[in-house]
Order: sequence, then structure tokens, then C-alpha cells
Amino acid sequence: MNPEYTQDDKTQIMSVLVYTESDQGTFKKAAFEVASYAKAVADQLGTSVTAISINVNDASPLGNFGVDKVLNVSNPSLNDFNAHTYASIIQQAAERESAQVVIVSSSADSKYLAPLLAVKLEAGYASNVIAEPSNTSPFTVKRNAFTNKAFELTQINTKIKILGVSNNAFGIVENSASASVEDFAPALPESGISVKSVDKASDKVTIADAEIVVSGGRGLKGPENWGMIEELAHVLGAATACSKPVSDLGWRPHGEHVGQTGKPVASNLYIAIGISGAIQHLAGVSASKTKVVINTDPEAPFFKAADYGVVGDAFQVVPELIEKLKAFKSQQ
Amino acid sequence: MKILVCISHVPDTTSKINFTESDTKFDTNGVQFVINPNDEFGLTRAMWFKEKQGAQVTVVNVGGADTEPTLRKALAIGADAAIRVNATATDGFFVAKQLANVVKEGEYDLVIAGRESIDYNGGMVPGMIAGLINANFVNNCIGLDIDGNNAKATREIDGGKETVSTSLPLVIGGQKGLVEESDLRIPNMRGIMMARKKPLNIVEPTSADAATSSVSFEKPAPKGAVTLVEPDNLDELVNLLHNEAKVI
Ligand SMILES: Cc1cc2nc3c(=O)[nH]c(=O)nc-3n(C[C@H](O)[C@H](O)[C@H](O)COP(=O)(O)OP(=O)(O)OC[C@H]3O[C@@H](n4cnc5c(N)ncnc54)[C@H](O)[C@@H]3O)c2cc1C
Ligand SMILES: Nc1ncnc2c1ncn2[C@@H]1O[C@H](COP(=O)(O)O)[C@@H](O)[C@H]1O
Repeated sequence: MNPEYTQDDKTQIMSVLVYTESDQGTFKKAAFEVASYAKAVADQLGTSVTAISINVNDASPLGNFGVDKVLNVSNPSLNDFNAHTYASIIQQAAERESAQVVIVSSSADSKYLAPLLAVKLEAGYASNVIAEPSNTSPFTVKRNAFTNKAFELTQINTKIKILGVSNNAFGIVENSASASVEDFAPALPESGISVKSVDKASDKVTIADAEIVVSGGRGLKGPENWGMIEELAHVLGAATACSKPVSDLGWRPHGEHVGQTGKPVASNLYIAIGISGAIQHLAGVSASKTKVVINTDPEAPFFKAADYGVVGDAFQVVPELIEKLKAFKSQQ
Repeated sequence: MKILVCISHVPDTTSKINFTESDTKFDTNGVQFVINPNDEFGLTRAMWFKEKQGAQVTVVNVGGADTEPTLRKALAIGADAAIRVNATATDGFFVAKQLANVVKEGEYDLVIAGRESIDYNGGMVPGMIAGLINANFVNNCIGLDIDGNNAKATREIDGGKETVSTSLPLVIGGQKGLVEESDLRIPNMRGIMMARKKPLNIVEPTSADAATSSVSFEKPAPKGAVTLVEPDNLDELVNLLHNEAKVI
């Protein structure tokens, strides 16, 4: 609670707070999407948007997505993500701004910190939200449930509400304003968790951030055939993924397994190669907007869930598609 | 070490999802319920701690009497005791408050829950328990070793993994990778017989408000037919992706 403000002032300064994630000093794409979403919510509520960012070199680009004010925390001890500490920082920002709605993304980090934040703020939390609130009183949002097999309309009954926005569900909306940037120095609580080592491929697009995901299944016969999958992904600037048996067999790392029990995919384009389209696989990837299937078997269930399909042998289709895409890219 | 494994009782992964009562209730008709897959990995890791480090393993569910077969299955797999908090699991916060209460009363050192339930996909209960009892919390946990009061955990991060050191009391949100798929156990006859004699305690809920409520459900609009492209006409696919779908 901030003693400088009286009760009445507090209602006036009430705002929407959005946590904008960054990587090595630069905002992630998801930051611009959650900022755009926050602007839409703030417009509904007739209030402004404050963003909280951590160790960002230049926070002003958020203005292009409707953010009015940025609280930026700079502290080298925050370079490694820590859910407990980050949740505490967001809590302090929320209290300072008397935020009524707090918005986060659906990244692994945001999903990690949001429940901790919910306890600190005694806030109801709705995850996997896919559209702007359908009503603000009672506060109601639409979210994915049953691993994309259904949508749920959820009402949040608490004073403060936390929304986790599903990737690529709302999109980025330009909304030119100019954001003022303030330094923010919250108290940093002791954390009982310390990072010992990080093992991360820095040169690859991650499934969570990717707009395009190229995914391979058991139809590719063995790990030695993934060169063309990697190349297709490279040409498209895409992340690579795989079906569950492929990671169980050790052909690809576990982190690439997508589906109901693996990572969720909500990309703009999902290309499935040699994947049959079992219900557990489809459940986890069906939030992707456009799906392309390449499979020898015209009866493969995935064709029923796809937008575009090629009935053909991956070993012929994929190399040729790579050539066509290279030609296309060079004309752009 | 006392371990509490949180078990969410969910429709089998192949279930068709339907709703009743004007799309306000999940239709359980003909649906087979199972231990949430993320919790099955967690339970299996707990069995390892029991067998190798003498841990005591209790499983818990917040739910109605209809979830008891799922708890009995966890007992048949090898848990020592089960608790059912007798309440409808209406919302993540409500469930987390019930479970936090169970943890406090039973003085558990380690709480193993799943990254998310595959039904409501909230992904909130484990973190909320940790927040409520002031314990350390590791989400997306794919590896866990305990030595005395110290824990070493591996968690999946976007694009890789991370190893952290922490201490008990600890809550984890576990997932595939926590144990090998081949280590998952199917209850055998002996386990099923023994499970009948193990305690399944029913406790009444503490009062707590639900922070959220489910208003209604909707199924996605049926998908239009696929547009097929001949394998010798891939220029057309590139064209469609660029001009029609506008994704490249
Ligand atoms: C509890 C549970 C959870 C699960 N969770 C997941 C999950 O999260 N994600 C997941 O993916 N699976 C999951 N599964 C497994 C799922 O049921 C399927 O077994 C799996 O998705 C099949 O993988 P696949 O399509 O790669 O292999 P297959 O089903 O073997 O399909 C291979 C496909 O490749 C095609 N093919 C063969 N040769 C070629 C070629 N030369 N060119 C093109 N196509 C070719 C075939 O026609 C076939 O359709 C789960 C299962 C269970 C029981
Ligand atoms: N009703 C419940 N009873 C016991 N544990 C639960 C319940 N609901 C959720 N959990 C635990 O919390 C995890 C995450 O669930 P959720 O937050 O619902 O996605 C599950 O994998 C379980 O370990």
C-alpha cells in the first residue's frame, strides 16, 4: 500500500499491469502481444497500461503497443529467472499501481510465476486465455480447456485478476502511444532456489516463441533423417518439434515432444511430417492456426484436422518443398 | 521423508469431450477416468524415493467419492496411504487451499504435483500450494534428487533445461522426464489386493472461497475439409501458404 495516495486517488490511478518478458536485454515477441492485449483490456476498463520489465536495455518500444508507462527493474542479480523473486517484483509493482488486472504470457516462466503471484495478491488466475474479456462485470474470459478440445468461459470473482494470455491467440496490435520509462527498485526477497547450470541452445528458435513449427513423426524412420527437417525449419525460421514416440525412442530430445503430454503448440503454422495425428498429438497442437500435413497414408487421421495436405513420401516431398521455399524467399 | 503426491482424476487422453446441462457441465457419460499423466510420473518418482530412501508416500485428491478408484489405483501402484478431501474441485485456488491444509496437518517435506491437469489445464495448483505454505517451488520438473534436506532439481525451460539447487520443504510441478516412461507401473494383482487394506482417509474441506468459477463450455467449430496439393505441384502449396493462409 502506498501511503501517498488517499482512497479516492487510488481508484483514479488504478491501471492494468502487464509483465513484459525479455531475453538478454531485449523484449520477446510475446511481450508485444501481452502489451497489445493489456491495451485492449485497459480500453474496456477506461484505464491506462503500466508494464513491468526486468533488465531491459530500451523499454520505449512498448509504447508502440499501447503501454503508457514502464517500470523497469535493473539489477544484475536478476539475470537468471527466479519465479519467487520475479513474482515478488510483480506483486510490488501491482500494489504500487493499484493494478486491478495483471497480465502475463503463457511462456514457461510466466506459467511458473503466475500461481505464486496469485497467492501473494489473493487474486483469481485464469490461464490459457484466448480473447479479450467478454465482460468486465462480472469479469469473464474465454480460455482453452481440455487440451484444446473445448473452450471454457471463466468468471474471476476476486478484486485483483490475473490473466495468462495464450501465445498467438490475440496477436500483436500496433497502438502508437509514447511510453514513459521509470526505474523501479523493489525489495528483492531471499530465494530458496539457485540456478546451478543452464543448458540451452541459443541459436535455435524455441517452440514457445516460434511462429512456425516443423514437426516430425515416426514416419521419418530414424534420427539420421532429421537433416531435412532441420533444413526446412531453417528456411522458414521455424522451431523443430516431434511426436512422443520419436522422443521416447531417443531420436530427438524430450524438449521437442509436443502434444497433450508434451509442450503445447500455438503457432501460426504447424507442419506435420510423418505424423499420424493421434488424438493425444492433435490435442496439443490444434491451437495452431494453419496446419499442413505431409503423409504417405491418405487415411491418416491428421488430414481431418489439417488445412493443407500433401499425400506423399516425406523423403521426396520435403527436399522439394525446401527448394520451392528457397526460391520463394529469394524473390521476397 | 514424508511425501505427498497430489493426484488429479482426469478423463483418459482418448476421451471425446462433451457437455451437458446447457453446456455448463462436463459430460462424464462413458468417460474413463485415469490418474493425470503428469501425476503418474510424479507417483513413480515417489515410489523410487520410497524404495531407495525409505520415504513414506501418501496420495491425495480433492474430489467426490467417484475419485476413489483413482486413489485406489495409486495405492495399488505402491503408495502407503490415501487421503480424499471430500469436496468438489471447483477452482484451482480452492483446491490448493485444501491441499495446503493437508500438507500442514501432515507435515510433509516434499509435495509432488503435476505441471498441469489435462482436463482444465489450469497449471496453478502446485505453485499455489507452494505460495500458501511458503515452500520452495520448482515447476516443469524433469529430474529430482533429495539428499537430507537438500534437493537438486532439473526443470525444462523454453529451448533447454536448467539445474537448480534448493531445499525442503519443496513443491514440484512434475512432468514427463521425471522418470523413464518404461518405469511407469501397472498395478499387479498383489498390489490391488494390498491396496484394499491400506487406509483411505476422508477429510472434510476447510472453508475457502473459489476465486474463479466456470460459466459455460463451448466446442471448437467443426473444421472445413483439407485442401490437398499434389506432391508434384508444391509451388501451389507455397502459393496457398503465402496468399491464402498468409503465414509465410
Ligand atoms: C497417455 C498418452 C499420452 C500421449 N501423449 C502424446 C503426446 O503428447 N504427443 C504425441 O505426439 N503423442 C502422444 N501419445 C502417443 C500417440 O497416441 C501416438 O502413438 C503418437 O502420436 C504417434 O506418433 P507418430 O504419429 O509419430 O507415429 P505413427 O502413429 O507411427 O505414425 C507415423 C505416420 O507416418 C506416416 N509415414 C510413414 N512413412 C512415411 C513417409 N515416408 N512419408 C510421410 N509419412 C510417412 C504413416 O503413414 C503414419 O501416419 C500419447 C499416448 C498416450 C497413451
Ligand atoms: N482435485 C485435485 N486433487 C488433488 N490434486 C490436484 C487436484 N487438482 C489438481 N491437482 C494437482 O495439481 C496439478 C496441476 O493441476 P491444475 O492446476 O489443475 O492444472 C495436478 O497435476 C495435480 O497434481
